[in-house]
This record gives sequence, C-alpha cells and structure tokens, in this order.
Amino acid sequence: MTTAQTEWPLWEVFVRSKQGLEHKHCGSLHAVDAAQALQMARDVYTRRQEGVSIWVVPSSAITASAPDTKAEFFDPAGDKIYRHPTFYTIPDEVGHM
Amino acid sequence: MYTQSMDIPEAGADPVAASRSHTPMLEGNAGLAPQTRFDAVIDADGKIEPQDWMPDAYRKTLVRQISQHAHSEIIGMQPEGNWISRAPSLKRKAILIAKVQDEGGHGLYLYSAAETLGTSRDQMLDALHAGKAKYSSIFNYPTLTWADVGVIGWLVDGAAIMNQIPLCRCTYGPYARAMIRICKEESFHQRQGYENLLTMMRGTAAQQTMVQDAVNRWWWPVLAMFGPPDADSPNTAQATRWGIKRISNDGLRQRFVDATVPQAKVLGVTLPDPDLKWNDATQQHDYGAIDWNEFWTTVNGNGPCNKERLNTRVKAHNDGQWVRDAALAYAAKQKARAMKEAA
Repeated sequence: MTTAQTEWPLWEVFVRSKQGLEHKHCGSLHAVDAAQALQMARDVYTRRQEGVSIWVVPSSAITASAPDTKAEFFDPAGDKIYRHPTFYTIPDEVGHM
Repeated sequence: MYTQSMDIPEAGADPVAASRSHTPMLEGNAGLAPQTRFDAVIDADGKIEPQDWMPDAYRKTLVRQISQHAHSEIIGMQPEGNWISRAPSLKRKAILIAKVQDEGGHGLYLYSAAETLGTSRDQMLDALHAGKAKYSSIFNYPTLTWADVGVIGWLVDGAAIMNQIPLCRCTYGPYARAMIRICKEESFHQRQGYENLLTMMRGTAAQQTMVQDAVNRWWWPVLAMFGPPDADSPNTAQATRWGIKRISNDGLRQRFVDATVPQAKVLGVTLPDPDLKWNDATQQHDYGAIDWNEFWTTVNGNGPCNKERLNTRVKAHNDGQWVRDAALAYAAKQKARAMKEAA
C-alpha cells in the first residue's frame, strides 16, 4: 500500500481564542474525518483553554497563491502609496485627522 | 520539549529528507536567482515559509532536526509515563498525566512543522522505528525513583528550555511557530518538577537522599544534552549561517549551568561535580569534563534503555494499527453512505 492510502488526511486548524476575535490558523493535524479532526484539534491545540471555537479544513481544500509569482501577484498594490493616510500632508493646526 | 544539539548525523542515507526531490521554483522576482533571494532573506533575519524556495541542504537539515526533535518528544513520554500509575498522590498523578500529554502534543506540533517540508508523518515514524532516526540521548536513561520525575522536570526540561528559546527565532517559520507554542507550555514542566523536589527536600531524610541520588544520576547526562563541544560540532557554522542555530552548544551549556547552580542551592542539593565553582575572572561557573564516550555510546544505541524505548515505541505503533485502520474504514463507510443518500 502507498502512503496516501494508509496515512490519515491532513487538516488545517483555526482557533478563535475569544469571542470577538477572528479564527487564526494555528497548525495542522491528521484525522480521518471532520468530527475526529475537531476532537483532536481540541486536544492538541486547546489544552489550556486557548480557544472558544475551532474550524478544521481539509488541507487539500486550500488554494494558495503561488510563491513563484509573488512579485507579479502583489505588484498592483506596490505603486499606490496614495492609499495610505501618510501620503497626505495636512496643516498642523487641523490636529488629529 | 526536548532537543539536544540536533546536528547528530544519522546512520546511512537520510530516508526522510531524500524522500522528496525538490523542484526549485523558477524565479519571478526581478531576475534574482532563488539562492540570492534566499540569502537576502536570511541576511535580513527574515522568515522562510514552506512554499518559498530553499536550498536542499537547508531543507534536509531542518527535516532532520525537526523530526529528531519530534521523536524526542514522543520517546520522552516513556520515562515519565513509567511513573503515572505509581505517583504518590492524585494531585501529582494529574500533573504528571498533563505533562506527559503535553509531550505528545509537542511531538505533534513538530511533526506537522516537519511535514511542511515535504516529508510524510509515516516516513518520519518509519525512520524512527527502523532505528535510523535519532532522538535525544537523555531518554535512554531509566527513571528509577519518584525523585527522577522531579529531576526530569527541573533539569531535563530546564535544559530543553535553554535550547528551545533561541529556536523560537529560527528562520523557518513553521518551526519557529511550533517552538513558541512549546516554550509557552514548557515553563509548567520545569516548575512542577522543581516544586515536586522542594516538597521532598522538606520531607524525611529518606526523601532527601532520594532527591540527591536522582540529581547525581541525571546531572552529567543533562549536561551532555546540549551536544558535543563546539570544537566537535562541524555543522554549527552552517546552521548558524542559516539562522537555525543561534547559540552554540557550549554557550547554551554554560547558561544552563549558571542558571542551575543557584536553583540547586535553594533546593538544598549538591551538584555532583567537584570542579564546579564560580570563576570571578570569567563571571561564570567552571565545570568538570563531560564523559563524551558515554554520550556517543548512548547516541549510537547502547545506552541503558535504548532498546527498551524503541521496542516500546514500535509495539505501541503496531498495537495501534487496527485502530488507525478501523478509523479509516469507518470514515470511508460514512462517506459512501452520505454519497448514496445524496444520489
């Protein structure tokens, strides 16, 4: 048998540390299905009450931007410094804006 | 939580690192060669992430180091697990179970980090079970009394913390993140061990003798955990260049000795080294010669418990095969059923 058939699928784990905050990626684990992945994520990543909510996503379901096109992909934002507040000079007497 | 200098070479070819033939990414960045971009990131003390191009030797070194570290965590469950059923109170038993569970968890964080480099969990476990992969030599020593559990927390975890804090700044992102998580949990391990020993030192003469005996047996193997002297660590320069290693073996060992001496004093135990003394000139402690023959004997498989540790690990894995198979079969059945209902 090949590795692919015997090894449990990989899942990515996202944990919301407290109500009001976003879920944040915290690692991955192997599990046969979503229910087991959730239980294992609880045991592996929240042993000290680090979370109030967990998402698990099959790693294979994630589409990532390609690292070898990083430059071109993010290039459109590169020359638009006018999108930042510091681009604009405002007289001091205006105060905080 | 346990790592020793992980530039311990493994027997024969490295099956783990060799498993993936890495295809260098074609550059897409202003005509810079991948190696040049990689070097620039390292020079700037930046981070390398899994999909970034990296030299094969960097990948290979990380796979070896992270997997050895992961193996150390799960093998490290055994010496202490030995005492769970014989802990002296329910409180100590609950603490010990939590600690051993943490070790398993740390192994999982690290295996996950190593997997991002393109090696599979099964490949790493196979290398461990076949005796090709190393783990920290410290776990090949037996835990003879309850005081050993306390000493492991105080000294072994203390040494591990010393080693692991610099690893939180490792240039490989997933490893650094795993180490940050581990270090957060590690402090509990050391403190529970020290407090356990303090309790015994305030007890009967027999308990005090038991603690001193455990310290005597563990002190030298713990010093050896930091790995061979700098002069005998040929890989240190490269690992330092890559930002994988931040402080040399001897440097870490010295920090550990300096931190531990006052702790031993508070505890009321003697560290078994007649040459251990404060040096006013260097503003640090001098200590005696480490028996490196014993270290290499243990690393090379002939320590007191090497065979027992590996056999226990392989048996646990084999005994769990039906559980892993059943879980996969169950998941497949559930999936088939759901598809049939949907059809």
